[in-house]
Amino acid sequence: MAGLGQTLGRAATWPLTLAARAVDPPLRAWQRRTGTGGMAAVFLAPNLLIFSVFVLVPLVLNFAYSMTGGTGILLGQRPFVGAEQYARLLECQDYTRPITCREDQFWTAVGNTAQFVIFQVSLMVVVSLITALILNRDIRGRSFFRAVFFFPVLLSPVVVGLIWRWILQRQGLLNLIMVKLGLEPEVWLNDRVYAFAATIGVSTWAHMGFYTLILLAGLQAIPRDLYEAAEMDATPPGRVFWRITLPLLGPNLAVVLVLALIRGVQIFDEAYVLTGGGPGTSTLYLTQYIYESGFASLLREPGLAAAASILMGAVLVVLTLIQLWLSRRAEGRKAR
Amino acid sequence: MTRIGEFLFRRRGHGGRWHWTDIATWTWLILGTVLMFGPALWLVGSSFKGPAQLAEFPPTILPYVQEVTEVEGYDKPLPLYTATLEDGTTRTLAEIRRIGTNSQMVDPANPGEKINVNIANRSPLREIGLATGNYVEPLVANNFVLFLWNSVFVTTMATLITLLTNSMAAFALSKYRFRGRDAVMLLIVATLMVPLSVILVPLYSVVNATGLLNSLWGVILPTVATPTGVFLLRQYMLTIPDELLEAARMDHASEWQIYWRIVLPLAAPALAVLAIFSVVWRWNDFLWPLIVLSKRELYTLQVGLNTYAGELNVQWHYILAMTVVTMIPVVIVFVFLQRFITTGIAGAGIK
Repeated sequence: MAGLGQTLGRAATWPLTLAARAVDPPLRAWQRRTGTGGMAAVFLAPNLLIFSVFVLVPLVLNFAYSMTGGTGILLGQRPFVGAEQYARLLECQDYTRPITCREDQFWTAVGNTAQFVIFQVSLMVVVSLITALILNRDIRGRSFFRAVFFFPVLLSPVVVGLIWRWILQRQGLLNLIMVKLGLEPEVWLNDRVYAFAATIGVSTWAHMGFYTLILLAGLQAIPRDLYEAAEMDATPPGRVFWRITLPLLGPNLAVVLVLALIRGVQIFDEAYVLTGGGPGTSTLYLTQYIYESGFASLLREPGLAAAASILMGAVLVVLTLIQLWLSRRAEGRKAR
Repeated sequence: MTRIGEFLFRRRGHGGRWHWTDIATWTWLILGTVLMFGPALWLVGSSFKGPAQLAEFPPTILPYVQEVTEVEGYDKPLPLYTATLEDGTTRTLAEIRRIGTNSQMVDPANPGEKINVNIANRSPLREIGLATGNYVEPLVANNFVLFLWNSVFVTTMATLITLLTNSMAAFALSKYRFRGRDAVMLLIVATLMVPLSVILVPLYSVVNATGLLNSLWGVILPTVATPTGVFLLRQYMLTIPDELLEAARMDHASEWQIYWRIVLPLAAPALAVLAIFSVVWRWNDFLWPLIVLSKRELYTLQVGLNTYAGELNVQWHYILAMTVVTMIPVVIVFVFLQRFITTGIAGAGIK
C-alpha cells in the first residue's frame, strides 16, 4: 500500500519535478557568475516582487490617493486637493452627534465600530477565557471539545453570515425557540438594537475558538508545581485563580485582547452578509464605509475612501505595535 | 445507558464525587457543542427542504417531500393529499389542478371520477425525503458550477504560488548571510500591520494598471506573498542544520538543487501547515474578490453566494444548498486536518 501511495504521490508531483529540473541549468549558470551568495537574491526575488507590487506600492499610493479629489480611478486624472479629504472626514460640530458632521456616514461608522469593539472584545475575552479554563481541566474528550470550539473559525465569513441570517429570519430557528418558550417572535435583523447585538454575537461565535486556543496554550505553559504547592497549602480555588492563573496568563491575555481589538476594528464580511449595514445605518462599520465610498456607491470617491482607510490604518498600526511589544515581553518571560 | 454515562462523566483521579465545578464544566461544554455545531447542522437540514416547506412556520426538524403518484391518463406524476370530503370521509387523493380556492382532485384508484375539494380541507401527504433539486438546479442553471470552478482554481493556484514563493524567500532568509537581510525581515514583519482593508483603493488601481481587473489572477496575485507564510517557514528552516547544505555543496549540488531536494522535503511539516492555512484563507476570501470581480462568470463561490443572497427576492432553498457546498472543503479540513491548524496557532499564533 505504501508503495502505491508513493507512486501516486510521485505521479502527482511529476510536472513540478520536471519544472524544477528545467530551471536548474540556467540557475546553475547564474550561480557560476554571482557565486553562492548571489543566489539569495534569486530566491528572494519572486516573493519580494509580488510583495512590492501588491503591498508596498499600494501602501505609498494610498497617501497619494488620499490627497486627490474627483471620481476617477487613475491617479493622473485626479486633481491634487491637499488635506481636503481629511478635513472633510474630520470636520464636525459635535463629535457625539454624527449628524452634525460633514461626513455623517463616516462618523456613524466610527461610532458604531467603537461600540462594536468595546462590546465584542469584552465578550470575546470573557467567553474564550472561560472556555480555555474549562478545556484546561482534566476532562474526558478534551481534544474533541477543543476541536468543537474551533469549528466556526474555519467557516468563511459569508457562510457564517448566511447561517445566522437563516436562524434569525422571521421563520427561523430562534423564533421557533421563542414560540416554544411562549415568547413573542421577532424579526430580529429589522431591529436596530437586535441587529447590532447580532453582529457582536455572531462574530464572537465565529472567532472565539481562535482566542481560546491562544489562552489554552498559555494555561498549559503555567508550571504544574505552582498548583501543587497551592494544593498543599490548601489555598482556596478562587485565590489560586487570582494569584497564580491570571497573573501568569497575563501576557497571553494581553495578546488576545490586542489581537481581538485589531480584528474588531476591521469587522466587515460577516456583519455585511448578516445585516448589510442595516437596518438604517445601525450596523455600518468602518470597513464597509470605506468599501462603499470607494467602490460600491453610485458616486465613487476613491480619495475619501483612501483618507478614511489611512485613518483606520493609523489606529491599527498603534495597536499592532502594542501587540508586538506585548508578545516580545511574553517571549522574554517564557525564556527566563 | 447508565454505564455509558458513568464512563463519560467519570472524573479522573478524584473518585466519584461531583463538585459543582464539574457540573458547570459539562454544562458549558455541552451547551457549547450545541451552539457551535447546531447552527451549521440546522442549515444543512434546511438545505434539503423544498421552498414551500421553508416558508412554513413553525419549521419542522426533518426535511419532507410531498408524495406523488402516477395516475392513468396524466403525463406527469400528481401530488398526493389527504382530503376531507363533504360527507365527512377522509380519502387520499391526487391533485390535478388548483383553481382559486378550489382543488380538482382524483382518486388514483379510480381515475375517471373528478372530485372538487376546497383547499382548506386538504393537507399534503408527505414523507421524509430530500429536495435534492436545491443542489442540482443552481449548479446547472445559475452558474454555480462556474463559481465552484473559479473558487477551486483560485484556491489551488494561490496555494501553489504561496508555497513556492514563500519557501524560496524563507530559504534565502534563513540560509544565507547577505547585506540587508535584517531589513527585508523587518519589512516583512512590518507589513503584518497592513491588512488588505487599509489599501483597498490603491491596490485596486495597481490591479487595474496591470490589466488584472476582472481576471482571477487579480484575485490570486495580491494574496500570495503572505508575510505569515514567509515567517512560519523561515522559523522552521532555521532548525535545519547547515551541515546538510555544506555536504551537498561538497557533492557539487547547485543552490537550486539544495533548495528543491534537501530543504523543501525537510520543511514538509511546515509546508503542510502553510498549505492548509492557505487553502482555508483563499477559499474563504470575500472582500477582495468582491471588488476585483464584476463579471458574473468570474465570481467565486463566496461572491456568488453573497450576490444571490442579496437579491430582493432571496431564493433561500438554493442559497442554503450552495452554502452547504461552500462549507464542504472547510469541513473536510476540519475533520481530517484540524490538529495541524490548532497546533499551528498554538505554536506560532497565526491565523
